[in-house]
Amino acid sequence: MEAVFSGLATGFAVALDPFNLFLVLAGCFAGTLIGALPGLGPINGVAILLPIAYGLGFGPESALILLAGIYYGAEYGGRISSILLNVPGDASAVMTTLDGNPLARSGNAGRALSLSAVASFVGGTFAVILMSLFAPVIAAFAVTFSPANYVALMVFAFASLASLVGKSTVKTLLGATIGLMLATIGIDANTGIPRFTFGIPDILAGIDFLIVVVGLFGMAELLTLVEHQVSGKLKALPVDKSFVKWADLVVCKWTIIRSSIIGFFIGILPGTGASVASAVAYGTEKRIADKDKTFGTGDIRGLAAPEAANNAAAGGAMVPMLTLGIPGSGTTAILLGALLMFNIQPGPMMFAQRPDVAWGLIASMYIGNVALLVINLPLVGLFARMLTIPQHYLTPLIAILAFIGIYTIVGNPFDLLLITLLGVFGWFLRKLDFSLAPIILGFVLGSLFENNLRRALSISGGDWSILWMDYKSIVLYVLALAVVIAPIWLGMRARKMEGDATHEKV
Amino acid sequence: MFFTRFSAALVVAAGLAVPAFAQSQIDRPECIAPANPGGGFDLTCRVIQSGLDPHVDAPIQVTFMPGGIGAVAYNLFNSTRTDDGSAVVAFSTGSLLNILTGKYGAFTENDVRWVGTAGADFGAVVVRADSEYTDLSQLMADFSADPASVVVGAGGSVGSQDWMKGALLLREAGATPMDMRYVAFDGGGDAIAALLGGSIEVYTGDVGEMVPHIDAGQMRILAVMSPERLDAPFAEIPTAMEQGFDVEWTILRGFYMGGEVSDADYQKWVDAFNAAYETEEFAAIQKERGLLPLNLAGDALEASIEEQVANLRAIAKEAGLIN
Repeated sequence: MEAVFSGLATGFAVALDPFNLFLVLAGCFAGTLIGALPGLGPINGVAILLPIAYGLGFGPESALILLAGIYYGAEYGGRISSILLNVPGDASAVMTTLDGNPLARSGNAGRALSLSAVASFVGGTFAVILMSLFAPVIAAFAVTFSPANYVALMVFAFASLASLVGKSTVKTLLGATIGLMLATIGIDANTGIPRFTFGIPDILAGIDFLIVVVGLFGMAELLTLVEHQVSGKLKALPVDKSFVKWADLVVCKWTIIRSSIIGFFIGILPGTGASVASAVAYGTEKRIADKDKTFGTGDIRGLAAPEAANNAAAGGAMVPMLTLGIPGSGTTAILLGALLMFNIQPGPMMFAQRPDVAWGLIASMYIGNVALLVINLPLVGLFARMLTIPQHYLTPLIAILAFIGIYTIVGNPFDLLLITLLGVFGWFLRKLDFSLAPIILGFVLGSLFENNLRRALSISGGDWSILWMDYKSIVLYVLALAVVIAPIWLGMRARKMEGDATHEKV
Repeated sequence: MFFTRFSAALVVAAGLAVPAFAQSQIDRPECIAPANPGGGFDLTCRVIQSGLDPHVDAPIQVTFMPGGIGAVAYNLFNSTRTDDGSAVVAFSTGSLLNILTGKYGAFTENDVRWVGTAGADFGAVVVRADSEYTDLSQLMADFSADPASVVVGAGGSVGSQDWMKGALLLREAGATPMDMRYVAFDGGGDAIAALLGGSIEVYTGDVGEMVPHIDAGQMRILAVMSPERLDAPFAEIPTAMEQGFDVEWTILRGFYMGGEVSDADYQKWVDAFNAAYETEEFAAIQKERGLLPLNLAGDALEASIEEQVANLRAIAKEAGLIN
């Protein structure tokens, strides 16, 4: 504990240096803007700005503080376009659209933005505090997660998402299946055999998550916007001066706390990131809190859950990166690369060898979270005013930004074609009343599930019992069962009590 | 886009300050990393971006061309940019394996011009610090008694260069490579996590990525798969050869150009590589990036590639990867 405090003291001395303080603020602001643009998220923001941070000749701690600020800022910014435009700014903001956009549609855009800023702040700060206290211990535990445990985790994730969205169960299942099918494209990670690539080299490595998200969500949404514009159905959302109320926070407090915990722990696990965290948090909250079936129609808790979780996950993902040198997400992989560029080897020795960098970064996250809240609350009006831009300017602008964003990251013109095709496909699915979220979730969880199942079976030599040989797996299966059964049981009990009540009256 | 241009402008500005000596005149030199930023190909390009800088008259720009594990770049340089004298593309031994197993399409290793290397890395046989295996011979004894009794894992699929290292060990132990209980992870980081977590017993990794872990004491390297002992921090670790097992795995990291590049353009790059190899600065950059010196350019590299591909083809055939 003493080590933690002296470490934090070192860290704050670094982070409060005026120049570094400026970098935190600049990074957070740039990150929020980048995150707000459809298709651009933390991974792209950090990737794009990494060469600049390196090229400007900053010290390693300053460069890393700037990049971490962008990372955090982008996690914050992702919610803005989700709420205002129903186009997720990045993968982890997909869940934010579900309740965020209906809130904005019903005239609560300002309230939704400010509430989500507060939820993001709590999630982010919670993660940083836990991180500085328990980083080494937690990382050591996460590393013991075997492929079989991951299988159980995925089962839990699927179970918590089972009733997620969509009016029709069949369509939800079909959507998830489409996602699973998309995930099988590319070279099979276990045997190295190309699957469903039809001789096209561009999809040998599979379809990038970003492409699917931008295509299915971004492009399909734009096509719908254009369609509404042509048919004259589109009404500009009213800009309002609504703001988060104390009552909202009171309603959301347990949601935010639960989601922060979920987000942080999922963030730590290597290979799962903020997108899985926000999905699991949303699913869990829907199970626990959605008694009146208001989730998906603009419930503030449905907005707070994914926002708290994805910011907590962003912090969680830093834990294995800093303490073990194992990145927990794509963005932390790039930050790891940044450290290596500065000749700093992340890993168990980093806290001992370069405490200024390790603790400076952690301290900058405390400052960054406060800065983001301060930037985001007063600027709510500014962001909400984005909607007053006439649609015939906004639609092509978003399309251009999405195309530029994708091209900057993937640098392959084929993928531009792919997002267009996926956009048309997504637009047809929307016409058929499909919800697009199950497709994305099938896509993400499906490949994790398949790869880990096959790893587990390779380890056991084909013996399926490895899947339930471990207490961690069993705990997760029990939880999975609980989230499926609990609502049914609660529902039955409620109906029974209702029945009893009517009976008594008679 | 704007940002890349902006950073390129910065690099140009920095380049102007460098005093000029014997430099190759290459018009807008470019190093293409056929992957996303941050991976091994990025690293390969960074070595020459700084290492070749004094020997080329303009700064080398790194661009990324991800897609199909390098197949997109290989196909592009075999179909449209075949005579582009300004660009080199990063490759590794893993790419050679992909070429000869047909993953890169119909093009073969003879369709491009191999120009120079950035350095080398070597295979490493790694176990957890508290593992029952303390030297390679114990592991090899288990492999030959019952190959399925040991769970091996690494960051690539079956048939990848990570898998090959395990396959070579099994072959040396007298077992069939296809009998190996091999677990494929998504990159070396995940595989190391699985090793530390106890899911796999043996990790067939690379020496370069072990540098940050060697002082931490969580893992033990049973053998390095290099022809000779390496320098510090690996000086204490015996090679597989020393322990009596004839297995070696060199990971070459270097660059190729299109097949129809003119001899003059090709020679400019070869000269720049050879000039850089002479300097201590280049050696320092290699070391910084976790690479070991293996400096080959021009004909020397072409000859080495021919030999390596023939060797890989024989192993791949034996392991049942190709007919």
